[in-house]
Amino acid sequence: MSSTPEAPEAPGEEVAGPAVDEIREGLLVALTAELGDAVVGSEIRDRDLFVRVRPDEWRRAARFCRDRLACDYFSFLSGIDWMPAGSGAASDEAAFEPPTAADEAGDETGDETGDADEAAVPPATTRPSGEQAPALRTDDGRWKTGLAGGDTRFQVFCRLYSTKRHHGITLKADLDDADPRVDSLVPVYRGADWHERECWEMFGFDFAGHDDLRHIYLPGAFEGHPLRKDFPLLAREVKPWPGLVDVEPMPDEAAVPDETPAPAEPTGGGAAE
Amino acid sequence: MTVTEQQRLYVERTAAEARVNVEIETEGMTLNIGPQHPATHGTLRVLVKLDGEQVVEADVVPGYMHRGYEKLTEVRTYPQITTLVNRIDWLSSFANEVPFVLAAETLMEIEAPPRAQWIRTVLFEMGRIGTMCIFLGDMGVQLGAITPVFYGFRDREHVLNLIEAATGGRFHPNYDRIGGLKEDLPKGWIDETKAAMKRIRSFCDQLEELLLGNEIFETRTRGIGVIPPEIGLEFGVSGANIRASGVDWDLRRDEDSPLAWKECDWKVWTHPDGDAFARYWVRLQETREATKIIDQLVDGLPAGPIQAKVPRIIKVPEGEAWVHTENPLGEMGYYIVSQGWLGPFRCKIRSASFSNVSIVPWLLQGVYVPDVITILASLYFILGDIDR
Repeated sequence: MSSTPEAPEAPGEEVAGPAVDEIREGLLVALTAELGDAVVGSEIRDRDLFVRVRPDEWRRAARFCRDRLACDYFSFLSGIDWMPAGSGAASDEAAFEPPTAADEAGDETGDETGDADEAAVPPATTRPSGEQAPALRTDDGRWKTGLAGGDTRFQVFCRLYSTKRHHGITLKADLDDADPRVDSLVPVYRGADWHERECWEMFGFDFAGHDDLRHIYLPGAFEGHPLRKDFPLLAREVKPWPGLVDVEPMPDEAAVPDETPAPAEPTGGGAAE
Repeated sequence: MTVTEQQRLYVERTAAEARVNVEIETEGMTLNIGPQHPATHGTLRVLVKLDGEQVVEADVVPGYMHRGYEKLTEVRTYPQITTLVNRIDWLSSFANEVPFVLAAETLMEIEAPPRAQWIRTVLFEMGRIGTMCIFLGDMGVQLGAITPVFYGFRDREHVLNLIEAATGGRFHPNYDRIGGLKEDLPKGWIDETKAAMKRIRSFCDQLEELLLGNEIFETRTRGIGVIPPEIGLEFGVSGANIRASGVDWDLRRDEDSPLAWKECDWKVWTHPDGDAFARYWVRLQETREATKIIDQLVDGLPAGPIQAKVPRIIKVPEGEAWVHTENPLGEMGYYIVSQGWLGPFRCKIRSASFSNVSIVPWLLQGVYVPDVITILASLYFILGDIDR
């Protein structure tokens, strides 16, 4: 999926005008010239530039974007957990067989959140914090990743923008599976402060140089990192993914068993949203 | 750095004023504003350490309304997610749906027909007016003028009625669909819209007379909470807040959006001062501009279908897309990672207020307690938009 920086020709399906592409190409060339082989993947798509850099050059890449590529505006920073989900996330055709969907998560080890057939007994392994799931790494060690590629489970990404030239850059960096850690961007963009706090609590990424990593949304005693894919979503444990139509049966309908596909039993306000 | 210099000068000046008469060593005190405080528009907690009347250090504690939308999007299908994102900035709900739907459309490589895009733009701008009416009125209340807020709520009603007539929902329209809209506009809607826009413009005039010329209002907002442009951008402050600092940047004009802003004649207003007054002034002008946009769009509304051809079951092909729009509160965007399922693999929601408020600890240093309220009100955030 990732093209190397040495061959930065745009993917064939480009619809954008050539002039616009030149801008992105120019940005990419400049970044590559500065960072050299620290640019490990890149992609230009839909008049947008995605660049994956080595994590040790994360801060330098951002600083270069700010100082030399006119990216004065810090839009956001967040993370991605590339572990295959299987959280019943309408993830596949299985969702169309509403009631007992033994869903596609079966090809992993199965201790995922939304396995409809096992939902009654949530596996204890991921229960407390969902922090450790080394076994979930699949055979060849590669998961489906996004634009500009990815080699590890965790990826941090941020979005920088130039309010003068109106171009944006998405920077990405692969983080270690066991010890996701990267330099903080706060010295470059002060606005990264809150975003890194959020990312720290939601993904468990550590930002070296950020001296105030504390919870921003969640209560202080919260354990686990909710946006990691192995963190169970309680609402879906209580009531598995119901399929496309997310309605609960009327109370009296549920009482009378009939031929309609037996929906998930009405769990009362199960969805804690 | 010139900016910290600027702020230091301000702090010193205000401190000197306070020191004129008495030189008293006061003991530090921590003042807790919120979570339930009218000035926080919901449940935001602001902790300020005071030295006398001055803020030494401020901390903002969000999260009282965190609903975990980014996690929830992972267990929803694309059409279901518009219901969720409606509730991010609940004063301009429709505007939240738009970037999400656009992002999905980008990945699916479909485009809604022109009529749908125009109606989207109209409702988007109506959301802006609805939001701004609250702001324009509320800012008065925070400074002790009660009347504006009644005017604000009164005239917002006109817009809400129109939104309700078109979408069926006053606050949560859930009207945007991938590839188009839920349904077409009802009969007579356009005439009513034009009448309502006239009323909104006279509302703006009223407020201009009520507040902008008011001496108390000016004294309490001029020079208060100055955001220097480069600092604001570093913090990710966007929308009217940054335009009030002289940054001429509006995604409606500057980004190539499929929506219809390019089809009409309007102006991006900026103000060089960067203070609370400038933010109020810019928003007032933007409300006027929004009425002009709507007027022009409903006049030239193209005929045709409102829904492109999309598969019955919406699956978004593999890929990633980032789409952002100029929402009433600032830059709002969705970074969607799709793996070809019915729902997104990951959906990062970039909401404007989160970044706009993240500057507050910096901004509050050295200000007086009453100005804290002015600054919070002038930054204008919606709690759902901070906490998501």
